[in-house]
Amino acid sequence: MTLLQQYAEVAGSDAVEHLRQLAGLLQGARVVHVNTTAWGGGVAEILTPLIPLSRELGLDASWEVFEGAADFFACTKLMHNAVQGMRVAPDERGLHVYEDYNARNAERLRSVLEDADFVFIHDPQPAALISHLPRRRGSWIWRCHIDASHPDPRVWRYLHEHVATYDASVFSLPTFVRPLPHPSYVIPPAIDPLSDKNRALADEEIRGVCSGMGLDPNRPLVVQISRFDRFKDPVGVIKAYRLAKGFVPGLQLVLAGGGAADDPEGAEVLHEVRGAAGDDPDIHVAELPPRDDVTVNALQRSADIVVQKSVREGFGLTVAEGLWKGRPVIGGDTGGIRLQLTNYHTGFLVNSPEGAALRIRYLMHNRDQRLEMGAKAREFTRRSFLLTRQLREYLTLMVALRSGAGERISLG
Amino acid sequence: MIAIASARRATTLQELLDGIRVSPAESLYYHFWADLLQARFEEREYNNDFASWVAHQLHEPRLAEQLAVIDPTAFPGLEGLRVVLVETIEAALEESERLAWLRSERPFDFVRSQIVIFDTGWRAGDPAELAELLPFLPVESIFYHFIDARRREPPGVDDFSHWLSDFGPALTPLVEELVGVDYYFGSLVELRRRLIEAFAHRLAAVSGP
Repeated sequence: MTLLQQYAEVAGSDAVEHLRQLAGLLQGARVVHVNTTAWGGGVAEILTPLIPLSRELGLDASWEVFEGAADFFACTKLMHNAVQGMRVAPDERGLHVYEDYNARNAERLRSVLEDADFVFIHDPQPAALISHLPRRRGSWIWRCHIDASHPDPRVWRYLHEHVATYDASVFSLPTFVRPLPHPSYVIPPAIDPLSDKNRALADEEIRGVCSGMGLDPNRPLVVQISRFDRFKDPVGVIKAYRLAKGFVPGLQLVLAGGGAADDPEGAEVLHEVRGAAGDDPDIHVAELPPRDDVTVNALQRSADIVVQKSVREGFGLTVAEGLWKGRPVIGGDTGGIRLQLTNYHTGFLVNSPEGAALRIRYLMHNRDQRLEMGAKAREFTRRSFLLTRQLREYLTLMVALRSGAGERISLG
Repeated sequence: MIAIASARRATTLQELLDGIRVSPAESLYYHFWADLLQARFEEREYNNDFASWVAHQLHEPRLAEQLAVIDPTAFPGLEGLRVVLVETIEAALEESERLAWLRSERPFDFVRSQIVIFDTGWRAGDPAELAELLPFLPVESIFYHFIDARRREPPGVDDFSHWLSDFGPALTPLVEELVGVDYYFGSLVELRRRLIEAFAHRLAAVSGP
């Protein structure tokens, strides 16, 4: 079965038909995506299926990974935090390192990038490549995956010099957008329904993961999958679990995520979470190794309710992942979670551990409601948050840039 | 429909008014219609983004109702719609000084639309064939032919009624029923159901028992 046929099975044949019609106008177009990691993180996760799917649609799509080292990533980590609102900025030396790596990568990728019809540059790290390639012939698009609405002014002033020269930019939400002298498209991220994290699993695979973690399949289960980060409020989830447990005997909680090993703050938060869990045998705190996607998938499918109780969130795609598995989601009332979760229909938006506890208790005592919400959740995600929708919008953007970006584009 | 953000934001009614004055016409179009094309589970409480924001962020239900009742298809062009929006907000600001001081927690983000039109590859040769296709038409197609069509030539007329008028006076009752459909409320799924019913009922009357 071809990739397109597989996507048609899960996303619907109309979604794939739309892709075919749009791609028909872009046959043979050379499309290059550039980011800084080949695996790990949301960008790599979405580019992995996006490239072969684009190729099957007739585009000459490829993916180049920017080469950096520790000094470069130290600087771009500061930039990343500054764009998201922290008052930090790289010093002169840091900016010199940033420009030097961009110049070296531009030289290495010169022929690929100069000849491409469309170049997607993901996030601030490789944003300065454009300044080193004046003979580029295609359209360049800056894809900003983070919330740039309130950046540190020094860092934004610096980045703006590079980003303003692009032909278009893409943000995940309208509230993330900065003023720029070109069109800023709004394209929310999406999940890949065929990936290990989201594909259908056999019952044995799910049972194997649960039994490996010591979970009782006959008792109610709430799961939050997240990095160990204070903005994800894992300790608040434990508090909600404790408040609900008095009304839901046998309730189990899983808090699972990766990234603590190489993140000093993550290790600290994990320590706090373990402390808050204490010796409760029904709270399972698991530090997952990188790319353990089947475990994430199995845990979400085993859950009666998926939780993403963030107090601050960029987009929070774990919400769409939970919804896609037909589970109601209790999510923090913040950022992109508001776009993914329809309050009272596919789950609940909450503002406190108490709110989360109330909704856990409600859903655990209303099985029919839980199942109905789960069914709606899957259908809503199918229409709005699958890779096919995201690719359709990328293709639309490319057609628009090619045809002069009028208000209406007629594909005959 | 794809969205392009302007980075223009409003946190007060005056800023909303300023934004409506200077935003491109496609921005008004987006804020009146884009929500209808999103997956949804319930009827919209307010029929456009401006009204919804005034209600939920400024907590001014009276002005929200006045904005919600504005019918975007009642004007030959979007500039007429802009004038009415501006006049309605200006009148509210003149009437109550308090309104000028209200500040929202979440801003209103001005976005404009870009519309991509696909050929579904489906063709109807006569009204009966169209009636057979209707249940399978994507809701986006219903939007394009029944709502968006009113902005195109001939203005104010949906594609179905316009096409049916070529089939003679026997179909006049069907055309009249389509013209009478109030498409401003409910979802596109509901609108499709009403069109299916109208076709089934009127075509059965034409063909007789």
